[in-house]
Amino acid sequence: MMAEIGLAALWLAAGLAALQLVFMPAGLRSAVELSGTMRPVAVAQGALTALAFAMLLVLFARTDLSVALVVANSHSAKPFVYKVAGAWGNHEGSMLLWVTVLAVSGAFIAILSRRLSERTLAAALGAQAALALGFYTFLLLASNPFGRLAPAPLEGRGLNPLLQDPGLAFHPPTLYLGYVGLSVAFSLAFGALLTGEVDSRLARAMRPWVLAAWVFLTLGITAGSYWAYYELGWGGYWFWDPVENASLMPWLAATALLHSINVLAARGALKAWTMMLAVIAFSMSMVGTFLVRSGILTSVHSFAIDPERGTYLLILLGLYVGAAFTLFAWRGASLKEGAPFELVSRESGLVVNNLLLSVILGTVFVGTLYPLFVEALSGEKLSVGAPYFNIVAGPLALLLAVLVGAGPLLSWRRERRPVLKRLVVPALIGVAAIVATFVIAPKMGFLPRLGFGVAAFLAIASLLPLAGRNPLRAPLATWGMVVSHFGIAVALAGMAANSAFTKETLAVARTGERLAVGPWLIQLDSVTPAAGPNWTALEAELHASRGHGREVLRPQTRYFTSPQMETNEAAIQTFWDGQLYTVLGKADPAGGWQLRLWWKPFVTLIWAGGALIGLGGALSLAGRAWRTRRRRPEPEWRTRYA
Amino acid sequence: MKALLVAIAMLIAAPALADSSLPPAYWAYRQLPNASQEARAQRLMAELRCLVCQGQSIADSDAELAADMRDLVRRRIADGEQPAAIRAWLIERYGTWISYRPTAEPATWPLWLAPIALLAIGLLLLRKRIRTRARP
Amino acid sequence: MSRAVRFAPLALLLLVIAGLVWRLSTPADTNVRSRLAGKPVPAFNLAAPLPGKPAFSSRDLAMGRPRLVNIFASWCVPCITEVKVLKQLQSRGVAIDGIAIRDRAGDIAAFLARNGDPYARIGSDEQSALQIALGSSGVPESFVVDGRGIIRYQHIGAVEAADVPLILSQLEQAR
Repeated sequence: MMAEIGLAALWLAAGLAALQLVFMPAGLRSAVELSGTMRPVAVAQGALTALAFAMLLVLFARTDLSVALVVANSHSAKPFVYKVAGAWGNHEGSMLLWVTVLAVSGAFIAILSRRLSERTLAAALGAQAALALGFYTFLLLASNPFGRLAPAPLEGRGLNPLLQDPGLAFHPPTLYLGYVGLSVAFSLAFGALLTGEVDSRLARAMRPWVLAAWVFLTLGITAGSYWAYYELGWGGYWFWDPVENASLMPWLAATALLHSINVLAARGALKAWTMMLAVIAFSMSMVGTFLVRSGILTSVHSFAIDPERGTYLLILLGLYVGAAFTLFAWRGASLKEGAPFELVSRESGLVVNNLLLSVILGTVFVGTLYPLFVEALSGEKLSVGAPYFNIVAGPLALLLAVLVGAGPLLSWRRERRPVLKRLVVPALIGVAAIVATFVIAPKMGFLPRLGFGVAAFLAIASLLPLAGRNPLRAPLATWGMVVSHFGIAVALAGMAANSAFTKETLAVARTGERLAVGPWLIQLDSVTPAAGPNWTALEAELHASRGHGREVLRPQTRYFTSPQMETNEAAIQTFWDGQLYTVLGKADPAGGWQLRLWWKPFVTLIWAGGALIGLGGALSLAGRAWRTRRRRPEPEWRTRYA
Repeated sequence: MKALLVAIAMLIAAPALADSSLPPAYWAYRQLPNASQEARAQRLMAELRCLVCQGQSIADSDAELAADMRDLVRRRIADGEQPAAIRAWLIERYGTWISYRPTAEPATWPLWLAPIALLAIGLLLLRKRIRTRARP
Repeated sequence: MSRAVRFAPLALLLLVIAGLVWRLSTPADTNVRSRLAGKPVPAFNLAAPLPGKPAFSSRDLAMGRPRLVNIFASWCVPCITEVKVLKQLQSRGVAIDGIAIRDRAGDIAAFLARNGDPYARIGSDEQSALQIALGSSGVPESFVVDGRGIIRYQHIGAVEAADVPLILSQLEQAR
C-alpha cells in the first residue's frame, strides 16, 4: 500500500508541476495573483514529494521485500541506519531525493520570497516547475522507485559491506542538497533574465540559497575526501579523479557566485556575469550528476555504466542549460552595467577573485573532458591526471589565497585608506614562515614551502576584518567570512604539511619485529584471524610508541564472501600533531607480513579547514537569516490569509 | 594454534580471489634503501595508471599487475635508469594513456594552453569593468 | 555585451553535449591494446616450468612460421575454457606457445593434465615482466607472431570457439 501511495503522490506532484508551469505565462503578464495559483501549487507539490520520499524511507526501514528497489538494495540483517540510508544509496532513490529537495525548495521559495516582484517570482517558480517536471518524468518513466516484485523474495540482495559506511551513507545526499540548492539559484536567475529584473533585490533573495548550497557542497567534498583517505588504504586524500572533479566544479562555480552575488547585492553591478555564474553553477551540478550516474569516465569511484540513464540526464542537461544560455544570449544585452570599478576597491577585489576561480574551474573542466574530445577526434586515448591539475591549479589557488587575505579589507566603491599597511604584519609572518621552513626542512619542495608561507599570511590576514573593533559586535556574517577564510589557511597548512612531512615505510615485519616511521617505532605483536557478519579477516596488532606512551593499532585485511573481495581496513590513530596510518598487507614468502605505515603530521588540518570553511558559510547564513527576520514586515498575502 | 587459525583464515580467503597464488614481487611492497631513488620511484609510480583498476595509479593499487609494475619501476630506478626513460618505455607498450602526466606531444598543446587562454579571455572581458588609470 | 560573447556559452554547451553524446554512443573500450603490433617481439628468455616441455625464448618466434603466443595462468578461470579451444587450433596445425603468468610448476602441470595441453613450449613469467614488456594487461591474451618475430595481432580475453576463424585468418595473413 505504501509503495502505491508514494507512486500516486509522485504522479500528483508531477501533475501539479505541469500546472505550475501552465500558470507561468499568466503570472508573467501579472494576469493572475500568485497567492491563489502558483504559491499553493508549489507548496502542495513540495508536500507530495516529501510524502513520496517518506514512504520510500518507511519501505526501506521496514525492509519491505515486495518492493523491487528494496530487494535490490537492502537486506534484513543490515543495521537500521544503513537500511534507511539504503533508500538513497541507489539510482532511483537518489533521484527521488533530488526531486524531493527540489520540490521542497520550490515550496520554500513560494512561501519565503517576498523581496521579489510577483513577475520574477512567477518566472522563477515556472523554471523550478520545469526542472522538477523533467526529473518526475525521468523517475516515473525510466526509474520508478516504487515498482513491486511478485512474488516477494525471502531476502534482499543488498548487503554490500563496502556501502555500509557512514561516509558513503551521508556524503552523496549532502552533495545532492548542494546541487539542488544551486537549482534554486538557477531558477531565480532564469526568472530574472526573463523579466529583466536583475537587481540587488534578486541578489538578496538568491544569496541564502547559494550560501546553503555552498555549505553542503563544502561539507560533502570534505567528507568525501576523508572517506577516500581512510577507505582506499594508501593515504591519499585527493586524486583529481573525474568523479572528484565532478564534485569540485560546482563548488568552484558556487564559490565564485557567492562572491559576485555580493557585488550585485551591494552595488547592483556584475549583473550579466552573476546570472551567467548562477546558470553555470547549476550546469556544473548537472554535469557532475551526469558524469557520476552515466559512469562514462574511468574513475576509481566506479559506478555501473548505464547509457540509458545517462542519455536521459544528458537530455535534461541540454534542455535546461540550453534554455538558460539562449535566454542569456537574448536578454544579456539589455542588462545595463554601471560605471567601471575603481582599481582599488572591494568590487575589483571580488572581480579578481571571480576571474581566478573561473580560470581554475575552466581548467578543471577542460582537463576532465579533454581526453574524451581527443579520443573522439583522433581515436587516441590519453590521461590527464594529478600532475596536470597540480601544476596548473596549484599556483592559481595559491595566488587566490594571497588575495583572499587582502580582499575583505577593501571598502566598496573606492579605497582611500592605505590598506596595504595593514597587511605588513601578516606578510612578515608569511615570510617568517617561509624562512622557518628553510631552517626546519632545507630540502622541502617549492610548492609546500610556498603553501606554508601563504597559509601563515592568510591565517593572520583573514582575522583583520575583526581587528580594530569589538569582535563581539561584528555582524555574524562578518564572522562567517572570517571563519571561512581562516579555514582556507588551515586547510592549506594541512596540505603543505602532508606533502612536505609525510613519512612512509613499506616493509616486511615478522612478529616481534620493529619498524620506524618518522618519530615512531612500531612493533608487530601478532597477526590473528577475526570475523565479522559476512567477512573473515586477518588482524594485526601493532604497538606504536615515540619515546613515551604506547598506542595500539589494529589494521585488518578483510575477505568478503558476497561479493567476493578483499579490502584493507586501515587503522588510523589521530594525535594533536598528526595521524599514524597503518595498513596490513599480504604475508611475505620469506616469513612475516607486509606493513604499510605512514606518519602524516598535521594532515587532519586539511579536513578541519574544510569543516571551518563550511562552518563559516553556515554562520554567515544564520547571521543573514536572523537579520532579515528582525527587519521584515509581515507580507501582505500572508496577513490576508491568516 | 594461532598460526593454524591464520592458515585457515587464509585458506578460506584464497579461492575467493582471482589472483595468482604466487607472492608479490620483491620490490612491490618494499622501499628502495636509497631514499632519493625511492622518492624518484614513488613520484613516477604515482603518475602511472594501473591497467587493471584503471582509475588508480600503480602507487595506490592492490592489483597484482600494478604490484609487478612497481617492482619493475623500483628495479630499474635502482639500476640507475631515469624515470623519464621508464615512462617512455611503458608508453611505447601501452600508449600515452598509462601516464597520468600528459606528455608534450601536439595533441596535448591545447590542454597546456587552456589556462593561459582562459586567463587572457577573462582579462579581455574585464578590461572595461575596472578603471586602471587613476581618476584625476 | 557583444553578440559573440553572448552566444559563446551556447556554442560551448553544444560542443560539450556533442562530445558527451559521442561518448554515450561509443562506450569507452576498457581493453588496453598493446602498441607493439607491427613491431618485433621484445627479446626474452623464459625458464621452463615443466621438465618435459622445452623452454620458451624470443628466438623460437623467428623460425619462419607464424605462431600463436598465449598468455595464460592456472589460476585464471576463463583460461580453462580457452585451453580447449586452443587444443582445437592445435589439431588444425597451429603452433601455440604458452607464457604462464605468476604460476607454479605444480599448478601448471595439474592445469594442463585436467584441461589439455595445446602448448609446444611454455615459459614461466613469475613477475609479469614479459607480460609488461609485451604491452599486455590481462590474462588470458594471445598474440599472433609471424615467421620473422613480428607481432601481427593481439587478441584480448579468452579465445572462444567463435574466434577460431578469426585467429586462423590472422595466422594466414601473418604467413
